[in-house]
Amino acid sequence: MVWGRPVAFYALAAFFAAYVLFLYGPMIAIFVLSFQGPQGGLTFPMNGVSLFWFEKLFAGGGIVNIGAAFRRSLLLGAVVMILTVVISVCSGLAFRKRFRGSAALFYVAVASLIVPSIITSLGIALEFRILDDGIKKFGPDWLAADHTTWMGLFTSGLGAHLTWTLPFGLLIMFAIFNRFNPSYEEAARDQGATAWQGFRYVVLPLILPSVVGIGLFGFTLSWDEIARSSQAIGEVNTLPLELQGLTTTVTRPDVYALGTLTSAVSFVVILAALAGIRLLQRRTSRSARDAVAGPAR
Amino acid sequence: MVSVSRPAGRRFARLRLSGEAVAWLQALPMGLVFGLFFLLPLALVVMVSFWDYNEYEMIPAFSGRGYSDTFEGCLAQLPDLCTILRTYAKTVKLCFLVWLFTLGIGFTVAYFLAFHVKSKTWQIGLTLLCTIPFWTSNVIRMIAWIPLLGRNGLVNQALTGLRLTPQPVEWLLFSEFSVVLSLVHLFTFFMVVPIFNSMIRIDRSLIEAAYDGGATALQTLVNVVIPLSKPGIVIGSIFVITIVMGDFITVGVMGGQQIASAGKIIETRLNALQFPAAAANAVILLGFTLMIIFLLSKLVDIRKEL
Repeated sequence: MVWGRPVAFYALAAFFAAYVLFLYGPMIAIFVLSFQGPQGGLTFPMNGVSLFWFEKLFAGGGIVNIGAAFRRSLLLGAVVMILTVVISVCSGLAFRKRFRGSAALFYVAVASLIVPSIITSLGIALEFRILDDGIKKFGPDWLAADHTTWMGLFTSGLGAHLTWTLPFGLLIMFAIFNRFNPSYEEAARDQGATAWQGFRYVVLPLILPSVVGIGLFGFTLSWDEIARSSQAIGEVNTLPLELQGLTTTVTRPDVYALGTLTSAVSFVVILAALAGIRLLQRRTSRSARDAVAGPAR
Repeated sequence: MVSVSRPAGRRFARLRLSGEAVAWLQALPMGLVFGLFFLLPLALVVMVSFWDYNEYEMIPAFSGRGYSDTFEGCLAQLPDLCTILRTYAKTVKLCFLVWLFTLGIGFTVAYFLAFHVKSKTWQIGLTLLCTIPFWTSNVIRMIAWIPLLGRNGLVNQALTGLRLTPQPVEWLLFSEFSVVLSLVHLFTFFMVVPIFNSMIRIDRSLIEAAYDGGATALQTLVNVVIPLSKPGIVIGSIFVITIVMGDFITVGVMGGQQIASAGKIIETRLNALQFPAAAANAVILLGFTLMIIFLLSKLVDIRKEL
């Protein structure tokens, strides 16, 4: 063939390029526009280039307290990340064995992923509302006297986020163990390793790159979560909720600056995670090479 | 026996739990989270949907008011559709449009990545390129359309600049068009991943056999590739359809808070503190969504596809 590749390839490649442009175009537009000059508006053309809107963001003038929401979201994301990793790995190990109820747990996890978020959020809100009412009416005096609510960032909010991140974590664990070669672990057991040692020194190092991936999912899904948080977060707002509130009154580019900032955090986390995964993979393959070559003399 | 000489604590540490007990302990944290923050809340939604309410609080007494308020006037107004049925009709329409576009685009992109990109490195690189926007907040990806579609946005600047329209086009933003566009923009990737996953497992010799047997490219696509990609298509469809059915954020932000949807009704009721009415709407939405999933999952076994 003269062309090397069929015509269909070029047609599809063009389609793919258009899709990528469709994905990135709008986002690049707001990243650029967030560097508008002080007189600039919400649309092109650029009216000078400055960091004015970022400074305005941190000064706290005009927009609600972004700094506090930023710290709250960061902290919640970190806690969700750690819990997602620990709980997903534990249950991933459980699913390697047969146990009664495993099918039910799997289907509950899938259901949690696909039941519309607003319903889960509403349910959690009702749960805490009924709990609070119950405490006020029937609780012991020391508790009921000045009880307001237990709904909050690290109770109902945390739970809502976990119902969203854990299904992803579990599915990743399934994908890991479906491709996992158990002979390494069996070899360790033959050499007299306990179950814990087998996990700690054989299984964990092998699955660690994917476990970092679970952490990445846990953090970023929490960092950008809105629908489940919307009813279940309590008094204070997370950053994406603040951002959503701002969209109805958006008149100046500071909302773009906020968007650029939150995206920047996401990208830093992704890059750190990818770098971590690469590092771990390199270390695993190096120690595998060493093991084949025999101990260094 | 050796164990007799061991100290008691050591013997306890040696106590072997049965494999199933260990598995249960390991699965317990996840079970607890889903029990407390998913199953119990769902049960409460169903329960509260049958409670009574007044202007500012819910009353724990059996009542069908949540449902009767929701379907108010539905019989009287026939053959015209009442509010709730109109809203569901609109939501289903949005859902269908988004499904059609995400499937069309997602299938084509997945097909390109799976069959036309030969090198593994390029495959990973291009997939990653599609993944990156997925890590950005959905709200940001929505407001990103404002500078393009707004009254003074790039599209209108181009249209008026080229004298294609005398004045700026208004329906580009805060309309059904922008809602569908934004949902397609946000969720096409959920179609790409499962379909790509199915396609990558198709035995290449089947396709060669089809070509050797004299099938055209189109015949191969319709008779070999599409049937074998069906599990991915179904899983992607379940994802997209359930997300769009329950969506209230994209419809709110991109519809300028003017378009009603199944998810938006729940939010509106909640803002009015009518919890039982919100719960009744949630039960209806849940039933509707589960029915769609049930019909779709008849077509494929999800657990086999991981």
